[in-house]
Amino acid sequence: MSNVLDILSWAAIVGGSFFALVGGIGLLRLPDFFSRVHAVGIQDTLATGLIIFGLLLQTDEWLVAVKLGLVFIVVLFTGPTATHALARAALHAGFRPPLDSETKTSNN
Amino acid sequence: MRILAFLTSLVALWLLLSGFFTPLQLSFGAMSCAFTLWLTVRLGLLRHDYLRLRVSVRSPGYVVWLAWEIVKSNLHVARVILSPRMPLQRQVVRLHPTQRSGLGIAIYANSITLTPGTLTMDADDGVLEVHALTTPVADDLRSGEMDRRVTRLEGN
Amino acid sequence: MFATAAVALLAVMAMALLRALAGPSLYDRILAINGLGTSTVLLIAVLGFVAGRPDFLDIALLYALINFIGTLAVLKFFRHGDLGHEGDEETL
Repeated sequence: MSNVLDILSWAAIVGGSFFALVGGIGLLRLPDFFSRVHAVGIQDTLATGLIIFGLLLQTDEWLVAVKLGLVFIVVLFTGPTATHALARAALHAGFRPPLDSETKTSNN
Repeated sequence: MRILAFLTSLVALWLLLSGFFTPLQLSFGAMSCAFTLWLTVRLGLLRHDYLRLRVSVRSPGYVVWLAWEIVKSNLHVARVILSPRMPLQRQVVRLHPTQRSGLGIAIYANSITLTPGTLTMDADDGVLEVHALTTPVADDLRSGEMDRRVTRLEGN
Repeated sequence: MFATAAVALLAVMAMALLRALAGPSLYDRILAINGLGTSTVLLIAVLGFVAGRPDFLDIALLYALINFIGTLAVLKFFRHGDLGHEGDEETL
């Protein structure tokens, strides 16, 4: 039983590290500011989620588990808010995202 | 009433985070809770209707659906970043959210930003300007499924 | 296992620092530092488990909050040149 949990925890932590690296590579490779925000989005969601989940499987104390959950929730809530504030500030400062196809309006 | 509910959750959070129950520690906790409450009331943050229970009744289903969407678009964006040519189709999508309350629109806009590949840049006059990295994620957004789900979450 | 994650996170932090140094715009730098902060939070949490002292999580939690407030404070500073500015609904 604990063996299965260990393997699962391993997989989650290694997977989370992988996605954190992908986010870092994206941060370096993507060509403009608004695209780079998406790379940070990967780090804030899946990388954080997987690593925290992996750590969660390693602990027996419920207090530690609750704190891990709190860290995850804080990152999950503040991440998009901070990136939205950044994008909005950049937009209002006169930055325009370089586009590959034209703007479309959707009426749903 | 609202103050009492807020104070209760503050005390609960403090007890959860501290784990110490000596009289000295408890008095520190009481002081910090009182200080936080004073600050919050002074900032006028309790005057608005930020927390409404109606939203939270149906939220577990939405959270599960959103988590799955986030995983899917994470894999998609990761594949785009790692592919040698980086096939970007950057575009801006203008959305008209159908939520009635500010809270509903905020949940919708934050869900969009939370999903990698899409980013809410601006929210003015009931129009969301969304930056999308590739066409598939932009099409997902245009299908309006997330919009419908958030509106359903809002209830009546 | 924890060491793998720690090394990966350190590499990510190095990449974020590179982006912060390269810029080119102010917003790229703030974004990179925000990403660096997220990686730091994870690194602190992982190191807590490496050292067998999960108390590190309190620091990680605090760092996550400060990272958010810090990003907003820097944005506000460059928008108004003054942290005490009251702001206005239309432009902030």
